[in-house]
Amino acid sequence: MAGHALTAAPTGRSLASPVARVRTALIVVALLAWEALAASGLVVHDVVPSLGKIASALWSLVIGGVTGAVVGLVLGGNRFLSRAFEPYLHYLGPTPKIIFFPIMIMWFGVGGGSKIAMGALSCFFPVALSTAVGMRQIEPVLVRVGKSFRATTAQMVAKIYLPAIRPAMLTGLRLGLGVAVIGVLLAETKLSNRGLGYLVIQRYTTFDMPGMYALLIVVFLLAIVANALLTRWSGDSVR
Amino acid sequence: MSENGSGDSRFGPVAVGLATIVIVFAILEAMLRAGWINRFIVPLPSAVVASFGRVIAEENVLHRTLFTGAEALAAGVFVAIVGGALGVLLTRSRLLRLATEGWVAALAAAPLVLIYPLFLVLFGRNALTIIMIGFAAGLPPMILKTVEGLSGTRRVLIDVGRSFGLSSAQEFWKIRFPAALPTIFVGLRLGIMFALINIVGVEFLINFGGLGQLVNELAERYDLPAMYAAIVFVVLVSVAFFLATERIERWLATR
Repeated sequence: MAGHALTAAPTGRSLASPVARVRTALIVVALLAWEALAASGLVVHDVVPSLGKIASALWSLVIGGVTGAVVGLVLGGNRFLSRAFEPYLHYLGPTPKIIFFPIMIMWFGVGGGSKIAMGALSCFFPVALSTAVGMRQIEPVLVRVGKSFRATTAQMVAKIYLPAIRPAMLTGLRLGLGVAVIGVLLAETKLSNRGLGYLVIQRYTTFDMPGMYALLIVVFLLAIVANALLTRWSGDSVR
Repeated sequence: MSENGSGDSRFGPVAVGLATIVIVFAILEAMLRAGWINRFIVPLPSAVVASFGRVIAEENVLHRTLFTGAEALAAGVFVAIVGGALGVLLTRSRLLRLATEGWVAALAAAPLVLIYPLFLVLFGRNALTIIMIGFAAGLPPMILKTVEGLSGTRRVLIDVGRSFGLSSAQEFWKIRFPAALPTIFVGLRLGIMFALINIVGVEFLINFGGLGQLVNELAERYDLPAMYAAIVFVVLVSVAFFLATERIERWLATR
């Protein structure tokens, strides 16, 4: 297995950019086709949801992921701050985030904002914690090399820290995406007027079982595809 | 927290952490009193602290905590029995393990709680639904860790057992199971943690049961200070639970 991977790697790498381009193009085409299908009205309304309806999860991933990564970098890079604040993250991490939803509604309204905030809050913790752990596992020699070249803080972050912690951060992002999707969709089932979660709970209230099952399958397929993509991505980077 | 010595260097960061939190809340209180933040959106931190007593006295918090705890316990018992049994089964049958271990791992990553409407249809809006969701959420880690623990027993221990001519059942109870116990407990702890998170979440969502419902009710009454206090209370309960199981796990691992 290992030998195969070793021999396959160089050819894979030399082909990487055209392959990546074809893949990106295929994904874009697929997404456009999806949007067209949803807009066309050929399939039962809302069973193929418009892309706008699943965008909340991506926004939460971006917001929660970026803030989580920044906090993780700071806490992982500074022992004192890590001792002062990381226990709180560590213990808040496994609390059920959905109970913060009433606060999010107060702050961001009943529309899309509170759902994105809910997802971002869920996403923040795994990303921050695994980034901090990743920072602490950087080999000291890499940091020393950077310092001996008199790299500025920005250069250290861009050239040393970020590349070194990429695997840990991607793991965090993968976990973060999972909980962000859950956060957004659960929030949508609670109080919303749009989104996949809302559609599911609406089918439930009207006892439209086939519709509910169909939507649940769509939800699961989306989660599986997103997870598979990120696993693949993080797997590639580890190699 | 009484780990080996060097008290001062440990105390400094903790104090800074606590002081920062106090200062942040003091600033928030000042901004609220000055009218820079709307009091109808964020209540005064002092009012939240003051309403703790009210929440505990008037909202039956003890009973609710016990209710949620009982649901988590029931889910935990199901997780331990079913997950443990399935874990043993997968360890015994190599074919079954090869066929299904990937699926169990996928299930562990799946957003299971999202199918709660399905559980509502199957079991009705009652405690059973909540327990079953907790059970479904906690099952995969228990199975995976049981398999990991049982199949990771050191070869030499099993060989010693063989040389004493132990029967298959004796080998399991005297050697494999005790050796796997710390790992199995990690699985059980993860399983109960996942169960508890999902139980409180679903209680909140379907407005039924213990602590989760408390938050929902106070939010619907628009009793902001009490709602914030209840959220803090739920966080404290889960942190206490997390700490307690972490201690037990460490104790089991070092035993």
